[in-house]
Formats: sequence, structure tokens, C-alpha cells
Amino acid sequence: MSDKPPLLQLQSITKTFGSVQALDDVDFEVRAGEVMALVGDNGAGKSTLVKCVAGTHAADSGRIVFEGQEVHIHGPKDAAKLGIEVVYQDLALCDNLDVVQNMYLGREVSRAQILSEAPMEQHTSETLKSLAVTTIKSVRQTVATLSGGQRQSVAVARAVMWNSKLVILDEPTAALGVAQTEQVLELVRRLGSQGLGVMLISHNLHDVFETADRITVLRLGRNVGVFERRQTTQQAVVEAITAGMPTKVSGIPSTAGAGAGP
Amino acid sequence: MTSADVVGPDRAPPLEEEQLPSGLRGVRERAWLNVRTGNLGPVPIIVGEIAVVIIFAFTATNFFTAVNFVNLIEQTAGTCMLAYGVVFVLLLGEIDLSIGYLAGIGALVVAELQLPGSKWQMNGILAMLLAVAVVSVIGGVQGSIVAFVGVPSFVVTLAGFLIWQGVILNKLEQRGTIIIQDRWINYTDLYIFSPAAGWVIAAIFTALYPLSILYKKIVARGTQIAQQSWTSAVLKTIGIGIAAFGTVAICNNAKIITTPEGLPLAGVLMVLFFVLLTFLAKWTTFGRHVYAVGGNAEAARRAGINVPRIRVIVFALSGCMAAIGGIVFAAQVNSVALTFPPGNLLLNAIASAVIGGVSLFGGRGEVRGALLGAVLIGTLQNGLNTLSISNGWIYIVTGLVLLGAVTLDTFAVRLQARSGR
Repeated sequence: MSDKPPLLQLQSITKTFGSVQALDDVDFEVRAGEVMALVGDNGAGKSTLVKCVAGTHAADSGRIVFEGQEVHIHGPKDAAKLGIEVVYQDLALCDNLDVVQNMYLGREVSRAQILSEAPMEQHTSETLKSLAVTTIKSVRQTVATLSGGQRQSVAVARAVMWNSKLVILDEPTAALGVAQTEQVLELVRRLGSQGLGVMLISHNLHDVFETADRITVLRLGRNVGVFERRQTTQQAVVEAITAGMPTKVSGIPSTAGAGAGP
Repeated sequence: MTSADVVGPDRAPPLEEEQLPSGLRGVRERAWLNVRTGNLGPVPIIVGEIAVVIIFAFTATNFFTAVNFVNLIEQTAGTCMLAYGVVFVLLLGEIDLSIGYLAGIGALVVAELQLPGSKWQMNGILAMLLAVAVVSVIGGVQGSIVAFVGVPSFVVTLAGFLIWQGVILNKLEQRGTIIIQDRWINYTDLYIFSPAAGWVIAAIFTALYPLSILYKKIVARGTQIAQQSWTSAVLKTIGIGIAAFGTVAICNNAKIITTPEGLPLAGVLMVLFFVLLTFLAKWTTFGRHVYAVGGNAEAARRAGINVPRIRVIVFALSGCMAAIGGIVFAAQVNSVALTFPPGNLLLNAIASAVIGGVSLFGGRGEVRGALLGAVLIGTLQNGLNTLSISNGWIYIVTGLVLLGAVTLDTFAVRLQARSGR
């Protein structure tokens, strides 16, 4: 796996908002088929990094390499074209629309502007089945009637449906109960095992240790380490989040992480 | 079509309604399920309309006549056109207060353009097309201010309300009234079809619904997607047929002294725009995006929908329907006067859509709501008029019906939420 280039590689990403340095020379990578967690305290720069990949913000400097090619992402459409899909914390579903309508939101199958409902409904059912999302009774239910876990499943399924290669999940379990969290984590693991790259942003280290293969830690907008989940402990990651030292000094990559480097 | 109409054969834990038997018994039980869960659709308003007709039939002497029925259609058509536009604006979660006077501008432009002896002297049809285009552009400009500048639609269209009222005052204060002589313009409200043509029109409109169901069934052939049951489709077709042929039958029997009446074009316009706009709302990408923006504008934006574009088009559509409604109103009296638009047209149009179940908060409602609401309000006002009741009471009753309908709808929505649908 590691002899191929990583699916997504961010090199020396820097982003400032006015006088605030949100990201300072940040490196990040995800391989195909792995779940890479991105953790850090509030204000560590996680969301900003996601927005640079999703095309919501443009980085001030740095390179984005996707499947070995340098790419420039200027908007959500560019990201989608590359196969990068983001599932946002607040879901971004329309409550008044049903599951099929939400899955195809903004990308409806149509001929001469006239909707083709049958293929959309059929494909939605198949996608949900392939992800083993079985708790949704009817794909023609409005999303308002679904539970939090089911809604999150729909959001994730929507991200996966478009032949995406990288799925970015922003706090996917933040608003969920215990059982529903388990349901979504199971789904996240399945995405990884289906060969997608998954970037999981989370505050919850329990979730991260349940699902992630590797963990990248940011602190105050800088890299403080990349951990192999099997070779580290929650304690070590917490230390990195709260007191980790930057692994790079003035642009020179350092091999000595706070834990075990790749 | 709501999700309650569909039955899917092959899904793991079946919905309560999917276990229902097929055939007539299934239809009955599904209806009862819908009542219990507050999923009433247009039933309360249709029941209300029937009740209103029965009450006036027994109390007012000139209400339950074929001639008055034709009158009712001609009186309602204008409001109905405006209400159709209101549906789309409300679906976005916006409001358009300018439509009353935009209707006035539409009528004014038509009247000016057709005026014999003026510098235009335009053909009536061309004049109408131009007027509709002009007012659509005005609506689009108002929508652009909402969409691109971010001024709340309430304020933009309130400004429009004042501005277009001012324009009408300036134009008509000296002249008072402009008479419309062009027959094509006056036809929009008053043209009467021959009895045979009426039957053909009824047949065409009745056929549309079963054809749409048939189309869906053919498209879904070989897949396992949810479909409407044959029984409910047949029952609905029969209902639509009774309404369509019944309307034509009554109109064809109307006689003013010895002149036979018939189905007025105004009525055909109401149904025609209902069909066109329902198609736009439910079968096209644009319609889907309108619902999406009204449901969650941020989600729509993130999904790549051009939200400002949708807003501008919807406000242009609102202007377009206002102009058409204004022309129909002007045709009804063959003139445009300083008192245009009649009564409280704006509020009647908004009330029609709201009574018809369109939510003020966006994302929920159907085009048919405007038709049903406009017919109910039209019937009430017509009936109270034939009873020679004062205008004050007409307003009071209309207000109470609006309040009642929205209260009932609020309960229904709460019931739906509780039953998890």
C-alpha cells in the first residue's frame, strides 16, 4: 500500500485570516483504503484544513497533491470533480426532501431538465444496501422523519455515491447517541475497507481509536505528529493535542514526531 | 403525490402502510392511517369548499345558479394567477408584497399599448406578451436585490409595493380610466367556449393525471421502486373527471336571459397554469431546487445549487404571474382604473396559497394549494356578496377562514411530527 503515492497529500499548507495564522506549514496525507483521523483542540486548524481541501477556502501557499498529481481546488465543484466529498458537521441535508432527493441534491438525473425519478430511486436503494444501511424503511421518507444516525448515514452515503475516492467526515458523531454513533462508526470502517480514503475529523478520541488507522494531530495550526493507531495510546495522543511540539521548524521537515512517525 | 400514496413491494422492515391490503380496502385503510397521522393533504379544504357551497346554496337566492358559477370562475381567475406565483415565493421562504401593484402595472402596460389613437396601437396579443415580459423583468430585478445584495424580500417588495402604486397613481390620476377595447385582451377573462369545445377540454385535463401515472409506471417497469396503487389512481382519476366534466356541464347550462354561456377561458387558464406550474415544481430540476433552497438554503448551496439564480427566477415568475393575473382582472371589467388592483388582491392571493397549505417558512406546499385556496376564498366572497352582506363582514369572514385553515394545518403538522412521518 505504501509504495503507491498517497491518495491525498498536503504539503506546507499555510493560511492566514487577517493577523491570525490558522495554518502554519501543515503537512497531511491520506492513503487509499485507510481512515486517517485529524484531531486537535478547538482552534487547532482542523476545519480550516478541511475547507482548503474542499475548496471553500484557498490556501495562501502550499501544494495539494491528489493521486500523485498537483491539483488546484477553487471551489466545491473542483473538489467533487476530483472525487473528494465532504460530509459536514451540520449534515447539509434538506429536511423537507426525501432520501432520494437529498442523495441527488444538486446533481439530479434529468433529461432536458425533466427529472428521471426511477433511476435515482433505484440507485439510492442500491447504494444504501451496499453500505448495509438497513434501518431506513423507505427511500421516499422525508429526511425530517429520520433519526440522527440515519441522517448521518444518508449524508455519508451521498458522499460515497459519486464514485468518490476521498470522503471527509467533519465530526460525524457529534450529535449522536451511543447506538447511533456505533452505527456511523461501523459505516466509516466499511468505507475504508471498500478502498476509499477517509479523513475523519473528530474531537472524540474514543471514536478515533475505534475507526482510524492513523492519526494526525494539529496544535495551534501546526503539525505535532502522526501516529499509527496500533502503536500508540490515547494518552500519547492527548498529550500531543494539549502540549505537542511542532514537528517542523522553519520549513525543514522533521522525522522526530511526538510519537511514532510514518 | 405524497409518500403516503405509494406502496413499495420489496423493502426490509415494511412500513405500516405497506402491510395494508391492496384494492379498495387498502385505499380505505390507508386513508384512515393518513387521518390518524395528520397527513390530510387537500382533503380539509375540499370538504370546506363543499360545506361553503351547501351553506350558500340554502341561504343565498342567486348563489346556486349556473350563471353565478361562471361569474365565480371569472372573478377567481385573477387572484388564482397571483396565488400561483405566491406559492413559489413562499416555497423559498420569501415573501412578495409587490404583486398587487405589479398586477396593476401589467394591466396598465397592456391598456397603454393597445390604446387606439396612442402612439403604440399595438395588437392585443403582442401587448400582453410585452406587459408580461416587462413585469417579469421588474420581478427579476426585485429578486436580484434580494439574492445578490441580501436585502430581505419583505423590505424589497414593500418598497416595490409603494413604488408601483406610485407609478399607477401618476399614470392614472389625470385620466382616471383607460378602456380596453382589444378583444384578445378581454377574452382572457370573458371568452366563452362552445359546449362541445368545453367537453373536449374537460376530457383533455381529465386524461392528464392517469397519463402521468401511466408514464411513471412504465418508467419504473422492471425496477423495485415504490409505485402508486392502481386503485387509488383510478379513484383519483374519477374524482378529477367528476370535477372537470361537472364544471363544464354547469357552465354549458348557464344562460343570461337568452344568451347561452359556457366554459370561460378564465377557468381554462386556471387549470392550465395549475398543470404547467405543478409540472415545473414537481417534475423539473428547477422545481426540485426551489424546494431544496426553501428547505435548507445552506445545504442547497453546498450541494452546488446556484441559490441566487433560483431566487431571481422565482421572483421573476412571481412578477410574470402577477402580470397575467392583472390582465385577467382588467379584462373582467374591460378597463384599468385608478382603483386597480381591486380590493385587497395582494392579501387574497397570499391567503389563497396559505389556506392551500403552503408554509410561510419555505419548502412545504404544492401548486394545487393556490388553486384550492383561491376557489375557497372566491366562493366565500361571491357567496357573501350574493347575500348582500357588507364588505366589512366579507373581510372578517375571510380572515377567520384563513386563521382556521392555518390553525388546522398547524395541528396536522404537529400530528405528523408525533407519528414520525
